[in-house]
Amino acid sequence: MMKAQTIEEKQYLVRFNADTKSHLHVLDPNICLTKCPDKICTIFCPASVYKWEEVRMHVGYEGCHECGSCRIGCPYENIQWEYPRGGYGIVFRLG
Amino acid sequence: MPEKFDCIVVGAGPAGTACAYELAKAGVNVLLLERGEYPGAKNVMGGVLYRKMMEDIIPEFYKEAPLERPIVEQRFMMMDKESAVTFSYKGLEWGREPYNNFTVLRAKFDQWFAEKAVEQGALLVCETVAVECIVENGRVVGVRTDRPDGDIYADVVVLADGVNSLLAKQLGFHREWRPDEVALATMEILKLDKNIIEDRFNLEPNQGCTIEIFGDATKGIVGTGFLYTNKDTLSIGVGTLLSGLIKHKMKPYELLEYVKNHPMIRPYIQGSEPVEYLAHLIPEGGYHSIPKVAGHGVLVVGDAAQLVNAIHREGSNMAMTSGRLAAETIIMAKAQNDFSESMLDQYRMKLMESFIGQDLKKYKDATHHFERFPQYFEQYIPMMNRAASQMFTVDGASKWEKQQKIWRDLGSAKQKFKLARDMMKAWKVMK
Repeated sequence: MMKAQTIEEKQYLVRFNADTKSHLHVLDPNICLTKCPDKICTIFCPASVYKWEEVRMHVGYEGCHECGSCRIGCPYENIQWEYPRGGYGIVFRLG
Repeated sequence: MPEKFDCIVVGAGPAGTACAYELAKAGVNVLLLERGEYPGAKNVMGGVLYRKMMEDIIPEFYKEAPLERPIVEQRFMMMDKESAVTFSYKGLEWGREPYNNFTVLRAKFDQWFAEKAVEQGALLVCETVAVECIVENGRVVGVRTDRPDGDIYADVVVLADGVNSLLAKQLGFHREWRPDEVALATMEILKLDKNIIEDRFNLEPNQGCTIEIFGDATKGIVGTGFLYTNKDTLSIGVGTLLSGLIKHKMKPYELLEYVKNHPMIRPYIQGSEPVEYLAHLIPEGGYHSIPKVAGHGVLVVGDAAQLVNAIHREGSNMAMTSGRLAAETIIMAKAQNDFSESMLDQYRMKLMESFIGQDLKKYKDATHHFERFPQYFEQYIPMMNRAASQMFTVDGASKWEKQQKIWRDLGSAKQKFKLARDMMKAWKVMK
């Protein structure tokens, strides 16, 4: 059986130096609630940063790979995406 | 008194570092900004570095750079659910000087390359984000960083800030990318004993193999899987257009697991230990997506300029060459003390005349074609597998009967016509 099958296990392999404040912001929470039945960011985000919690989007920015997919893929351009402060965020050690 | 440099390069990846290296070597006072803890901390690549474009910058770099393996074999798998048609070229000339390409691990390689630029005289400052360009009277005159008193000025700013070039977007050089202009790649580094790697991939020590995987690796979505050999690790990954993941509502890490557990792939990686998981976007819009690359006091290089040939998995080489061409242009501009757009636009012309412009133009419609017509990956690759299976299975049927069966498998006359037309169209976008 291969190891690190789930996204949680995969994320354990990564080093993060999380800032205390988020670099990702849902601009209008109402759009997620009322206009976006698919909540597609919860599917394509490679780090499962976005999690729908009944009425609101939880943004686990601490595990973000800073790939930019959510900014480009949100059908309502509802995600404000910035780089984390210098030195913070993901730290790739190998690849 | 704010600091002023001749040139500020934003981003210490292959494009930015190549540019800073060439500038510093020519005596230009250059600042290389990197937002990561070290160069490479934010960078991801399947892992193939091309020798020629790197050697244009540092001759015989392979004698000292941290490389994994020179690639002597490149395989291409057209994969179905439990079969694959494979094409391969193996040539030992690739295993000796001057070499063709190498696998690299970017965190190590990018640090080494940036150190070489520092040796030439570039000033490298890490852990610093350039949050915007400072624009005065319609010209870029510097960058605002996230450090206290963080305004820095220069005659010219080079944007090497990668696929998410927020700075080029701010300047209005391009609109936001569409989901079909970027591919999302996820990959893992798998630790595996070097002797096992060499046995499984049929290699001698210090030889490497790359495998590109089409078809079932992406469950028919436009994209590819890859499996590359490093010294004592493997890089395995899968990249698909973001639009494809959205359309098929697919989780990228589940697709990666699917590839890892595919019966055609699993035997290669069995017993290995995942040591890192990485995700990154690849700009795959191609020729039509190249933004404005030169303005008053500013140039755009590498991924930020969408310089990737997705068909041939080339990107870091284009990044380096674009960085070098930007440096050449800046050196010329400095000699004439003219950093206007009309002067710097020479960079765009050099870019378009080089293999970068030529190759991107050649494949300008390829990605979009395969995205629009999913039958290539969804239907034709399985068809190819069935044909090979039919032809090579010895079951008493005559070869003539087998050809008949393959012919019938292509479908009705109408379907055959469509297939022929699709092959023509594919030839047209690739030729």
